[in-house]
Amino acid sequence: MPEQIEQTTSHGIPGPQRVPSEASPGKSDAAVIRDALGVGVAVGLSGFAFGVTSAGAGLSVLQSCLLSLFVFTGASQFALVGALGAGGNPFAAAAGAFFLGVRNSFYGLRLSGVLGYRAVVKPFAAHWIIDETSAVTFAQPDRRSARLGFTVTGLSLYVLWNLTTLAGALGAEALGDTDAWGLDAAGPAAFLALLGPMLKTTVERAAAGLAVVLMLGTFPVLPAGVPVLVSALAAPAVLMARGARSRKASTAREESR
Amino acid sequence: MNTWIAIGVTTVGCYLLKYAGLLVPAGVLERPLVRRLAALLPVVLLAALTAQQTLSEGQHLVVDAKLAGVGAAALALVLRAPFLMVIAVAVVVTAGVRALGG
Repeated sequence: MPEQIEQTTSHGIPGPQRVPSEASPGKSDAAVIRDALGVGVAVGLSGFAFGVTSAGAGLSVLQSCLLSLFVFTGASQFALVGALGAGGNPFAAAAGAFFLGVRNSFYGLRLSGVLGYRAVVKPFAAHWIIDETSAVTFAQPDRRSARLGFTVTGLSLYVLWNLTTLAGALGAEALGDTDAWGLDAAGPAAFLALLGPMLKTTVERAAAGLAVVLMLGTFPVLPAGVPVLVSALAAPAVLMARGARSRKASTAREESR
Repeated sequence: MNTWIAIGVTTVGCYLLKYAGLLVPAGVLERPLVRRLAALLPVVLLAALTAQQTLSEGQHLVVDAKLAGVGAAALALVLRAPFLMVIAVAVVVTAGVRALGG
């Protein structure tokens, strides 16, 4: 599912910037629930696009629904069915989905202190740690609101995401040839819509550009699933290049003194 | 069978990533370089996946109606269309160009 917490929101949903976090003390429960439902409903409906894409990639309705029930992190789900549809090795396909899920660990690190759940609750709460629940939770002024926002966003998004996944998968099966309906464009368009709001500075744009070049240069020759992993090297490459440049710049400043 | 293996591995992997974040003591992964890398990882993966799924069919470069659809989606994104609208634009334009024989 979409954007990084530090960044603006996609989908036109209320993100951290627009959810008034300084509305404390005593943000009303109704206000928290309203914000949470706004995000949960808007994004939850996007499960339809996933169901359609998954069925179009050749997964059964059961498989599509199991992914939404148990993986429940949109970008990883789209990546997995895309790789499987292209006939990739299952482990390479899973690796791409896994790397897209790494950011959820970082949300969890920060959520742990904000939510303050007991150890027995954590395994359950963990399943709902995604972009949207994190965004809503971080925007709350206190622990009570944070827990309420997390729960309402998580519950509404989880229920809707799964229902619309089922609807999308069934709909796509009824349509038959999904390509004729242009539904093979839903997957890449979803990736693009997730990516757009992340491209804020030159670092992100350079990394995205390099990743595209690596992908287009390697997919004709490497086995399916591997080119995505090669493209991931664009991230450390751009960070290293930037590090080297800023070191050089500071050296140059030193010398000119 | 391959699909089931991939579903199983992804389910376990993605869940453990989420749970690990709650368990690991804060500070362990908070080094600036690790954080920057984690923030940049989805950017490069999504960019690569967009390019791959728009332009490839197996190991062949394919330029067809899908490129027009994804291009239209990019335009919709620049115009700040909501998520589902961006996808709808891509689907409709791709189907339209294909119907016209593109």
